[in-house]
Amino acid sequence: MLLNLTIMGKTLFHKVWEDHAVRKLPNGQTQLFIGTHLIHEVTSPQAFGMLGDLGLSVKYPQRTFATVDHIVPTNETLEPYSDPLAQAMIEELRKNCADNDITFFDTNTGMQGVVHIVGPEQGITQPGTTIACGDSHTATHGAFGAIAFGIGTSQVRDVLATQSLALSELKVRRINVSGKLGPGVYAKDVILHIIRVLGVNGGLGYAYEYGGEVFDRFTMEERMTVCNMSIEGGARCGYVNPDQTTFDYLKGRPYSPKGAEWDTAVERWASFASDADAQYDDVYNIDAADIKPTVTWGINPAQAIFIDEKMPLLDELDSHDRATAQEAYEYMSLTEGAPIRGQKIDVAFIGSCTNGRLSDLEEVAQYVKGKKVSAHVKAIVVPGSQVVAKIAIEKGLDKIFSEAGFEWRAAGCSMCLAMNPDKLIGNQLCASSSNRNFKGRQGSPTGRTLLMSPVMVAAAAITGEVTDARELFNQTATIAAV
Amino acid sequence: MAHLEREPVFNHRSSRLFHLLPMIFVESRTGSRFAARFTMNTLPAIKQVSGRAVPVPGDDVDTDRIIPARFMKCVTFDGLGEFAFYDVRFDGDGNKKKHPLNEARFDGASIMLVGSNFGCGSSREHAPQSLHKFGVRALIGLSYAEIFFGNSTTLGIPCVSVDEKTLHTLVEIVESHPETELKIDLETKKITAAGNEFPLTIAESAREGLLSAEWDALALLMKDPADIETVAERLHYV
Repeated sequence: MLLNLTIMGKTLFHKVWEDHAVRKLPNGQTQLFIGTHLIHEVTSPQAFGMLGDLGLSVKYPQRTFATVDHIVPTNETLEPYSDPLAQAMIEELRKNCADNDITFFDTNTGMQGVVHIVGPEQGITQPGTTIACGDSHTATHGAFGAIAFGIGTSQVRDVLATQSLALSELKVRRINVSGKLGPGVYAKDVILHIIRVLGVNGGLGYAYEYGGEVFDRFTMEERMTVCNMSIEGGARCGYVNPDQTTFDYLKGRPYSPKGAEWDTAVERWASFASDADAQYDDVYNIDAADIKPTVTWGINPAQAIFIDEKMPLLDELDSHDRATAQEAYEYMSLTEGAPIRGQKIDVAFIGSCTNGRLSDLEEVAQYVKGKKVSAHVKAIVVPGSQVVAKIAIEKGLDKIFSEAGFEWRAAGCSMCLAMNPDKLIGNQLCASSSNRNFKGRQGSPTGRTLLMSPVMVAAAAITGEVTDARELFNQTATIAAV
Repeated sequence: MAHLEREPVFNHRSSRLFHLLPMIFVESRTGSRFAARFTMNTLPAIKQVSGRAVPVPGDDVDTDRIIPARFMKCVTFDGLGEFAFYDVRFDGDGNKKKHPLNEARFDGASIMLVGSNFGCGSSREHAPQSLHKFGVRALIGLSYAEIFFGNSTTLGIPCVSVDEKTLHTLVEIVESHPETELKIDLETKKITAAGNEFPLTIAESAREGLLSAEWDALALLMKDPADIETVAERLHYV
């Protein structure tokens, strides 16, 4: 018998890791070079403070890009902002960027926005790169076949000072979604479903590689929505292998390679994709036909059901899930065994790094056109960036939303985490296209969040209660007619 | 190579960094200034943490609960201690809620007993920073979210894991005798409480870093800048 000496193929994760490894550290971790560093106003000022205390400077200023997103108000554009703390934070970032020669997509550039929307739309996010940002949703950039990590502030300092991080190598779990999604089932439903079946800590120690027919067909914006929430499943990063869809998206963007460099870049980018015979530490298969519009009912993103399901009975759950579910029902004032459909909402939020991109707004706009937001619902639409806002306005989307009774706002993180004035009040219930339903997440310590796709948020806004958008918007018929 | 001596400037923003000083700077090949060698690295080794403990019940305790986002409107970590677990400890009117963190018998506890997936959610270092400033020096729990674990280790807060039975026993000991001193020993990988010993686990890289006084990675990362520059030059982007 012949010995099989064939070297098994590698995953994108391992190729990028090897390409960026500086050295093995004494504690077994790897010093990994971080090619692209993104910063924002909340988690970077303390890092610059640490650098200053140590008398260190930024080693590669051209590899760091900044924008302001968490604290910017979406209903006032003139400074000073009415919140002096927000004003102090934007000024601190401005100063740190100016002092250290860092490119800053400030509010007056037309390019400001949520950091995970700005990077891709500027062409800064590229395949085969390592990206870090002091923000857990940095996994978004994995949609391009980058290895992108959310990091703490001391690590922001490490990247500024050394352009590298001490990291432990991750295992890789391949998640295949095969077949075809039904009408009215979106990328958001895919990731909520993945988190539901694998759990909020199922990804601990893993990078998630998303693939299969559904991802092959997905646009870049849909891939970003899924990768964005990898951390909600406990995975430090998530990615999709780069392909023609990736290259088409990047072509012509401000920071994308140009001219002769473009062809070389595409060739190089393609080489990072996982080999056909790559070895995975785990593989999980999902049939797209099994996924329906998904809504969370609890206080973590895995506490989710399909729109036509009932919330679980406590007796049906194992002891760990039961305790958390009990806590969730108490906090959410929801009842076990009841449907989520029909639950009256107070607020509707469309936006965030998960679902604040142009395609999200376009998709929703076609359905809300000519309809009206329910009288008791406050509904806001927050474009993810100034670029998204500009194009949306050119297409007349702002008017469609405004006429339907949605407030059209300026770009920022807004009510995803409510560090700006957009907050829930008291125990308001919010249908939200964002990524976290933690207790108090949307600014009120007793506020309640139901996560869902932007189209489902719009349906809830219009009827005033959690609704199956497929029926309200007659999506089955619409799609069949195409 | 030009040698530059810099006077360290102490700033209360990051007092632990003081341990990394003083250092010598050199001009590297690319002209960027870089600390090439630490003449003194006095980060303390963290071999044991002893103290009284307080149970913080629940699984999947997220970073928004540890430090609500509205308290992160700041440019330093200074004032975060008083806001640790704020909405868990206080109601909307600022009245104390019923929670172990509000019980006088647990005052001065420096070890938290926590459930599984503690610290899930955001990458905000504000979470372990607020716990540290609140007086927490170690966590004993079932499991931790990855970024939170790394952020805590970087601050010298060991997050050790035990099995469910051990956690249950420790909570019982602390509930009935809150004055009990717990000892976490990273060398022997044991927790001692009321004369009993329990095994603990912790990622070896973190344990190694804490024991060898290299839990803040910056000194290691700065050791050999030429290697970093080699990778930078090899890459085809930026």
